[in-house]
Amino acid sequence: SVNPDLASERQTPSFSVEKLTAWLDGGAEHTLIRRAVVEAIDRDPVFSRENQYFQSQNERYEAAVRKSVHLQKKMHEMGWTENGPEFKYIYRALSGDIAFLLHRIFMRSISMLGSDKQIAKWIPLASQYQLIGSYAQTELGHGTYLQGLETTAVFDIATQEFILNTPKISAMKWWPGDMGRSATHTVVFAQLYVHGKCYGVHPFIVQIRSLQDHSLCPGITAGDIGPKMNFEHVDNGYLMLQNVRVPRENMLNKFCEVQPDGTYVRRGSQKINYFTMTTVRISLMSDEVITPLMKACTIAIRYSVVRRQSKLEPGKQEAKILDYQTQQEKLLPQLAAAYAFHSINNYLEELFDKGYREIQRRNFDTLPELHAFSSGFKAMITQYCTSAVEICLRACGGHGYSSLSGLPSLYTKILASCIYEGENTILLLQTARFLIKCFMAASAGQSVPPSVTYLAAVKPRKCPAKNKLDFLRPDIYTEAYQHMAVRLVSSTAAKLQNLIQSGVKKHEAWNQCTVQLAQAAKAHCHYITVKNFAETVEKLETKAGIQKIMKHLCDLFALHGIFSNAGDFLHDGYISGAQMDMVTASYLDLLPVIRKDAVPLVDAFDFSDKTLNSALGSYDGQVYQRLYEWAQKSPTNKQMSPAYERYLKPLLHNTLSKL
Amino acid sequence: EALVINDPDFQHEDLNFLSRSQRYEQAIRKSSLMVMKLREYGIADPEEIYWFKSFVHRGRPEPLDLHLGMFLPTLLTQATPEQQDRFFMPAWNLEIIGTYAQTEMGHGTHLRGLETTATYDPATQEFILNSPTVTSIKWWPGGLGKTSNHAIVLAQLYTQGQCKGLHAFIVPIRQLGTHEPLPGITVGDIGPKFGYDEMDNGYLKMDNFRIPRENMLMKYAQVEPDGTYVKPLSDKLTYGTMVFIRSLIVGDSARSLSRACTIAIRYSAVRHQSELKPGEPEPQILDYQTQQYKLFPLLATAYAFHFVGAYIKDTYHRISGDINEGDLSELPELHALTAGLKAFTSWTANAGIEECRMACGGHGYSRCSGIPDIYVTFTPSCTYEGENTVMMLQTARFLVKSYTQVSSGQQVTGMVSYLNDLSRQRIQPQHVAAKSVTVRINDPAGLVEAYKARAARLVEAAAKNLQAELNHRKSKEDAWNRTSVDLVRASEAHCHYVIVKLFAAKLSDISNAAVRAVMTELCLLYALYGISKNTGDFLQAGILTDAQITQVNQRVKELLAVIRPNAVALVDSFDFHDIHLGSVLGRYDGNVYENMFEWAKKSPLNKTEVHESFHKHLKPMQAKL
Repeated sequence: SVNPDLASERQTPSFSVEKLTAWLDGGAEHTLIRRAVVEAIDRDPVFSRENQYFQSQNERYEAAVRKSVHLQKKMHEMGWTENGPEFKYIYRALSGDIAFLLHRIFMRSISMLGSDKQIAKWIPLASQYQLIGSYAQTELGHGTYLQGLETTAVFDIATQEFILNTPKISAMKWWPGDMGRSATHTVVFAQLYVHGKCYGVHPFIVQIRSLQDHSLCPGITAGDIGPKMNFEHVDNGYLMLQNVRVPRENMLNKFCEVQPDGTYVRRGSQKINYFTMTTVRISLMSDEVITPLMKACTIAIRYSVVRRQSKLEPGKQEAKILDYQTQQEKLLPQLAAAYAFHSINNYLEELFDKGYREIQRRNFDTLPELHAFSSGFKAMITQYCTSAVEICLRACGGHGYSSLSGLPSLYTKILASCIYEGENTILLLQTARFLIKCFMAASAGQSVPPSVTYLAAVKPRKCPAKNKLDFLRPDIYTEAYQHMAVRLVSSTAAKLQNLIQSGVKKHEAWNQCTVQLAQAAKAHCHYITVKNFAETVEKLETKAGIQKIMKHLCDLFALHGIFSNAGDFLHDGYISGAQMDMVTASYLDLLPVIRKDAVPLVDAFDFSDKTLNSALGSYDGQVYQRLYEWAQKSPTNKQMSPAYERYLKPLLHNTLSKL
Repeated sequence: EALVINDPDFQHEDLNFLSRSQRYEQAIRKSSLMVMKLREYGIADPEEIYWFKSFVHRGRPEPLDLHLGMFLPTLLTQATPEQQDRFFMPAWNLEIIGTYAQTEMGHGTHLRGLETTATYDPATQEFILNSPTVTSIKWWPGGLGKTSNHAIVLAQLYTQGQCKGLHAFIVPIRQLGTHEPLPGITVGDIGPKFGYDEMDNGYLKMDNFRIPRENMLMKYAQVEPDGTYVKPLSDKLTYGTMVFIRSLIVGDSARSLSRACTIAIRYSAVRHQSELKPGEPEPQILDYQTQQYKLFPLLATAYAFHFVGAYIKDTYHRISGDINEGDLSELPELHALTAGLKAFTSWTANAGIEECRMACGGHGYSRCSGIPDIYVTFTPSCTYEGENTVMMLQTARFLVKSYTQVSSGQQVTGMVSYLNDLSRQRIQPQHVAAKSVTVRINDPAGLVEAYKARAARLVEAAAKNLQAELNHRKSKEDAWNRTSVDLVRASEAHCHYVIVKLFAAKLSDISNAAVRAVMTELCLLYALYGISKNTGDFLQAGILTDAQITQVNQRVKELLAVIRPNAVALVDSFDFHDIHLGSVLGRYDGNVYENMFEWAKKSPLNKTEVHESFHKHLKPMQAKL
């Protein structure tokens, strides 16, 4: 039975939950497929995550391997294929708790960087799991900056082999997933040397473990890098190479080749390969970043209507904590953000699909813009969602701190997204470089990509809002965001110019402006997100039922951003002090409105209880019973504590006699 | 410190590689040893015990925390002399190990909502303890799950058919000798948490469990044999303990943030990345402006909180003297201030520790960096001893009260005395802005004025909004709730002002000129960075102009470059021993990479070269496909 406090929240939603779910899925037909996949996986005991919170790193790793192996069988059984419509829902249903994700990257890099001959040799072996691959790029001392990698591959003409070496400790490969225990092969990125000349970083296929007994190959030192904040199920590894020889054919040579006589040949364009790297950032957003935020919102909001604390009105029952303005102000903007990012992510995916088709026609014009998009949005969305999940965690008080709430693991997992696939600060600066370039071009009257034409447009210098209701107009707030982005980009560009004109060297001037540059890049992405959300809502008009609530969420997302960054909007007087008070009033007025639909809004995300795996966030709201039941399953309660016999007992009995 | 670090008995495997059960066992082992050694060395001074304990457990929680920190002190302050005779010495000798069971599954900060009952039965002269609902199960108390054999239980007292509110009872929960739970008691561990692995936070359910009348702590309130209830005298006294514990959290915020800063700054001096100047070797990442902008304001914050923690502790000790003489007049302000500062500093430190971890890139995410551990251990302080938002609202209540007093013509004293100015002169933006600009930005005293004006403006705005809501609506509670976001902002501004003020005031106490110079730079950075992060407040109130804000932003960046050469020395001054820091990235000698490799080799997954999963799963799969 559903906890009455939660049941009452579902009685009068202002919209159809089912319709909103269908919109989130991109159509009711997708919802059906997703539910079928989730159900099949939830019902299979091999995929159960029931004891996950009690397991050690070793047990988690083993479970992940077991599940991955079982998944092959399951897919075959269910008739799911890698190209089928079900595939993308499998990962969501498993909550990513499987191994061999790097095996896929291994295969992808061979398909992308390998010649047809190499593809024909390796891909069938890999798809049959006759070997397990990994992808070894990052080193102990070098991450995002690829040119700095220190691993070497020296070509030996005599034997037609490359000799791979880890010349010093900081050059050891460090972090690659699946490499610590599972992988038999890996793609190693190393500096290529031929005849004593360095040709830069190139990929090599290297076998690291025996295919017979899984022992390490000669010259290989590899292992697990030890416990992390999360990803206990993944064996992130280290790898040291000592005079490891691989045949000439093991260098992936679609774009570059070392010929038998040592001649280095470059062919074709690497741009397409570069593009694939940027798409990875976008493809991660949905599963690794936005979905976790949706889960955190679901848990925190359901719990906030079950939890009661203090009294709002004397003589009445203690109030649901979601009825407190401060609690609404913590959670509802995060909920709005989840919807906003869902919307921008759809837009980006579409844009990248289109870009991909263009690039296949060898039209590379959109590449810089797409690159700027992927860097900036990856940084902005991961950072925003990470802090949003933490807000959800802390909004659940003490129980949020229990692993059984599911929130600590959601948080420790999502926060890795701020670092992998490019450290966020560095990515923001890449986007900033693009913005500054476009701003200069636009100022000089040249044409610029569509997403940045706004940088040149002349707009009013004062916000036209007259009363607080004006701030519920998308044109008003979108323009405010646009103005702010333009101001930050143009003022930073001016500062950069000034520094350079005053004789400061270019790179030094750039370093002196980086704090502002990062801020400008964020403002640009924030503006595009608001604009996109407003346009998405606009288009919903015809679909009755969900447009109104989506408009509220869009307003809340936009006003929350102005409220939280008030100084940036007030700075040049675009928004006046009096107008800022209107923003605050409108913003706070929206909270109780969305409050009424808060539970239906998270119900629409449609997570099964097993997917959520949270004692606080289940659909039925039986929070306390579940906490109690789950705690009793803890291994710490299964046996008498060994510490008692060994230490406590002597302490309890002997101290007295000693004294 | 040396005493503990050199003692082989206190050595053990890296905690990161141990399971929860093993970590608990290690902690218990060390606590048991610690008690023996304290007696052996004859250490009895509370301050010395505190340091000894902190080195034994390397600043981590341990299962006897509640026994030492709550059970014994509560006996001292709330037990009658007879009760002390019965319980104190056995507890001191650890024959009795106790905990303090207040929080319930469904109820935390709002104490009146607790549901556990203690019903007096005059026939047998016993209290009957019950956990009537699931939500009333005691949940979270440290040491309750596996370690304790007694608990001080807070329950609603019922006698002669009436509820007399919350009272404390000494409840035996496990059989002495066998350590088995007593009949009527259900007790256990609440399962894994974000951190606190070594602590057996527990649950406790009681079914008609009877204890003698004499087990109610009766120094203040009493129940007589016939069931007659005798009321206690004053309840203000309990403020004292809360102030004390919250002041400890402020100190803890400073310490935890200092540790994270030490790790991140040392590592940033060791790590090299990319190019700053074309053709030159990769620079230390600490040379990047963005990295300095992440870390140096936090370093300044760590120092600021350090001074605030010392201030509260001193003030508490000063006021404690007054309290003993019956003067409680300063207590409400101190209580309100510590509530807010506890929230402000723990929120800031919490976010700051995460910043430090992020600033260490991928390696910060590895447990070997030590920062994940600092974070998960520190973060619950945002919730325990009073949830932070609730704390901020308590401070706000005091601020609004003070504002109301000023509005009705009374003067207020202490940290809120700036409110007096509101009635005399309205804040005049032009007046402030007209003052000489460049000097003010380099002058801590000038910045204190700016923060003061911001606090005054936000308190006034919140109080006015509250009044407006009150004029519109019936209930006081509803109006308060509808203003609470503003009220929290006002409290934050007030706390921020207090911290800047204390930091600035501290500068004149520093006699060494070089130290004073570097502390002045940190103080300026703290204050200016705070402005640049809250420009909206300063602009909207007309305290600073656009041009000044631009200057503030510029000055912040100049200070980063000024502090850069001293950055490592400034964290070395915190003087954390490597063992206490527990971080491979933050080692004093900076030999990061070699030691990361050494550390990883000890990981449990590396115990065998071929993991059992290969034989169990991988090999059969390869055979089948």
